[in-house]
Amino acid sequence: MRDQRPAIILLFIFLISGVLLVKLFAIQVLDDSFLKRAESNAIQRIVDHPYRGLVYDRTGKLMVFNNPIFDLMVVPREFNVGDTAKFCELFRISKEELIESYNAAKSYSKVKPSPLIKQLSTTDFARIQDFLVDYPGLFILTRSVRSYPSATTAHALGYIGEISGGQLEKDTIGYYSQGDYVGLSGLEKYYEKELRGKKGVKYKMVNVRGVDKGPFKEGEYDTLSIAGQNLTSTIDLDLQRYGEMLMNGKTGSVVAIEPKTGEILAMISAPFYDPNQLTGAEFGKTYKKLNRDNSKPLFNRPIMATYPPGSIFKIVQSLIGLQEGVLTPNSTFACNRSLVACHNHPNPVNLFGAIRNSCNPYYHQAFRQIINREVSSNTFKDTEIGLNAWREKVLKFGLGSPLGMDMTGEKGGDIPSSKLYDRIYGAGHWKYSTIYSLSIGQGEMQVTPLQMANLAAIFANKGYYYTPHLVKAINGNPKRIPAKFQEKHSVGVDARHFDLIQDAMAEAIYGTAARAVMTDLVIAGKTGTAQNPHGEDHSVFVAFAPKDNPKIAIAVYVENAGWGGRAAASTASLMIEKYIRRTISRPELQDYVIAGNFIY
Amino acid sequence: MKESEVQINRVDWIAVSIYFALVAIGWFNIYAVVYDSQVEKSIFDLSISSGKQLVWIGTAIGLITLIMVADYRFFENLSLIIYLIFLLILIVTPIFGKEVNGQILSIGVGEFRIQPGEFAKFATALALAKVMERPTFDLSKRNYQAIAFGVLLVPIALILLQPDTGTAMVYFSLLIMFYREGLPQWYYVLGIGSVTITLLALGVDNNLYLAAIIVLVVGGMIYLGKKSWQRILAFSLIGIGLITYIYSIDFVVSKLPPHQQNRIMVLFNPDIDPLGVGWNVTQSKIAIGSGGFFGKGYLEGTQTKFDFVPEQDTDFIFCTLGEEFGWMGSFVVISLFSGLLYRLVIMAERQKTRFSRIYGYGVVSILLFHFMVNIAMTIGLFPVVGIPLPFFSYGGSSLWSFTVLLFIFIKLDSSRATQLGRIS
Repeated sequence: MRDQRPAIILLFIFLISGVLLVKLFAIQVLDDSFLKRAESNAIQRIVDHPYRGLVYDRTGKLMVFNNPIFDLMVVPREFNVGDTAKFCELFRISKEELIESYNAAKSYSKVKPSPLIKQLSTTDFARIQDFLVDYPGLFILTRSVRSYPSATTAHALGYIGEISGGQLEKDTIGYYSQGDYVGLSGLEKYYEKELRGKKGVKYKMVNVRGVDKGPFKEGEYDTLSIAGQNLTSTIDLDLQRYGEMLMNGKTGSVVAIEPKTGEILAMISAPFYDPNQLTGAEFGKTYKKLNRDNSKPLFNRPIMATYPPGSIFKIVQSLIGLQEGVLTPNSTFACNRSLVACHNHPNPVNLFGAIRNSCNPYYHQAFRQIINREVSSNTFKDTEIGLNAWREKVLKFGLGSPLGMDMTGEKGGDIPSSKLYDRIYGAGHWKYSTIYSLSIGQGEMQVTPLQMANLAAIFANKGYYYTPHLVKAINGNPKRIPAKFQEKHSVGVDARHFDLIQDAMAEAIYGTAARAVMTDLVIAGKTGTAQNPHGEDHSVFVAFAPKDNPKIAIAVYVENAGWGGRAAASTASLMIEKYIRRTISRPELQDYVIAGNFIY
Repeated sequence: MKESEVQINRVDWIAVSIYFALVAIGWFNIYAVVYDSQVEKSIFDLSISSGKQLVWIGTAIGLITLIMVADYRFFENLSLIIYLIFLLILIVTPIFGKEVNGQILSIGVGEFRIQPGEFAKFATALALAKVMERPTFDLSKRNYQAIAFGVLLVPIALILLQPDTGTAMVYFSLLIMFYREGLPQWYYVLGIGSVTITLLALGVDNNLYLAAIIVLVVGGMIYLGKKSWQRILAFSLIGIGLITYIYSIDFVVSKLPPHQQNRIMVLFNPDIDPLGVGWNVTQSKIAIGSGGFFGKGYLEGTQTKFDFVPEQDTDFIFCTLGEEFGWMGSFVVISLFSGLLYRLVIMAERQKTRFSRIYGYGVVSILLFHFMVNIAMTIGLFPVVGIPLPFFSYGGSSLWSFTVLLFIFIKLDSSRATQLGRIS
């Protein structure tokens, strides 16, 4: 028995060795999870965020750039505040804020850095730099925020913000990660892919306390970030700023388009805000404030607000009538006020006179001829067929659905079809007398200011338009803008029919918008009044100029400012002069618009 | 002079070679721990740490020389005196020693400090060899058992005063030597059985399962065997005793100091608190496990180099090896250790005196325990016990004490031809 004992001891030694080797084989060779955990321990993947692309205006002036900001970071384990009162004084932070952000940092990680004070300004950064050495565990992390040197064009440019959970889920290729900044509205959102550039990645080794121990494998796997592409906007910065000055304190929209290209020269949504407020540390606070504001400064009126087009729609009616052969320049109707209200003007009028005087009964009768073509003996059926045929023609003017500009959130307005009336009145229960308000642009019709500006461009171009857009070149290359902005859309009305319209519009402003008249610059325009059941009507004016070689088409909406001939026409006239002449010769008109007392 | 030449020829060069191989590999691993191009950023003064070990190795070679030129009878004759000296040092250590983290492990003057708990191992092994060498000494008899356990338990008690549970546990490894010398087998069956039941009670969440199994087994034994009332009573009492024991374990554990409780809990589930209690084991397993088959290459390890593993140059030195040399490296080192232990068993068995054989088995016992427990704890097979890996770990006391322990036996072995054949 005892002789076996040395052998049993030897067996025990080899058994132990065997167990150790098997267990080692299991964790070293069979299980590769430890390798991954080792990498996540010691190899830090640091994303090198590229510079977001810049935005210039059409003349090359800088509109958006990246401003470096500085986060004061803390590593809780290494940090020692010392005298709290002194620290708070040096870093200009209240004791409560310090405790709150320090506790947040500590609960995130004791050894990894978290922000203690977010987004120091350059001056604050310079001030505290000297104290930093006295505080172990504090360091500065440099990032950049968007900055707007001229504090303008807030709605069109949009803003960036931290990516939301929903957006992260949609990002199937996994480009984004938590905390990334993405464009949330305006150009920033639409051109996100161009502006964002390409992230780079650096792998560095860190020890257990997160101290940098140099690049991993001499940087073999590192990639450099590629800066985002710069956008050249179609916006004319001077015109935009001038328009914002005019619209300051008012509610409404101004959209100016270069008719030949569809490039948007100015796009103003009033009330507006300083885009610099929606960057950096202030974002959350300002956003909440703007969102609660009753005047809705975040609401992008040029593409989101819809109004009935009013009298301006009479031009579209005229063009459809001419193209269809229902109207000729000589078609004459009596101003029969028993049909619909009108105002004093010579009677009867031909087409030119009808546009010039904005005669409501004329269009009541003309529209009936467009609609009721007697293709069906049933007058209800005939109206239905006529309405839907008419609607197809109206849609070609870029109405009734979003134009598809380079901005998300664009509304389409509404051009009613027979379905709407069938729903309201029942099929076969409505006829022309039900829908006649459409003849003068009232009733169940809605358009956006952008669509109205586009209408002005169509009148200027004699029958075609390019989809309005805000970017004319990407990285200086005009060919790289989306193809749809280089595509010409015809409205299906022959150019010859526009001569009469343009003449009538040029003539009209003498009667309805005398303030807009300039002696040496021929403006073709049309006033409108969008009826407002809640208060004063909205003042509307569309125009293009110069009449013979149009360089600018414009739509102006001033809410609750009454008649179109005052607020809107004056604003449009000043904008046109500013764009074409680059200077203002009528300071009294400018003062009149700025003062803003349009109701009297 | 003639006698010493004979002795040189009789030195067991296999054991000596393995010793130097392990010391050399250990030293390279300590260098791997300290190697870092940005040394000055570390809180450890690493450049000194690897250099220091070289000094310890040099002095260890000095000690070897002293042991080898000394008369072999010196160790046998003075064994009890050496034992008493170290007991005395152990007694005064808590009084004059230096307190670190609530433990008083070392004693000395200024820079020169030793850990008497380390050296007392070879002293105890010598003393036991001396006490047990008499031909009449029979471990199957109660009074002799009392003497042997007495010699063993005195240093254990003194070390527990420091307190250093890990080192104290090492002394129990001498039970392996007791086994060879004839301590009855049922001691071990009982010991291993109770350890197994204890581990099961700690490891299985619901004690009800264990109790059910015990009831089934006991019931089965009663049912299958002879159904005399004495037998039924005995089995029933055993079953009730076991179940009581299982339920009392949790109570006992809850009375332990928190750090020991944690060490036990982490053994069963290292992930319960990977940043706290489980940190050592988790990080150690990550370091070793990330080594793969061939390792990351010498000086290429990240886990040990960047301080993720605590106590990496002492108790957790095996991590560096596992990470940089992979399973192949682990295989080589484990083979060297088991090869050395095998060799030592062979050597012990060829001794002519009982003294030499008992001492040889003492060396085997102590080295085996260190080797087994140290590596097992780095890979999560054993609770974290603060004991070094022999010949590998950084530190003068540990290297010296293992060197002295081993080479006294090599000296005794080389002199075996001149010893009288007194073996029983």
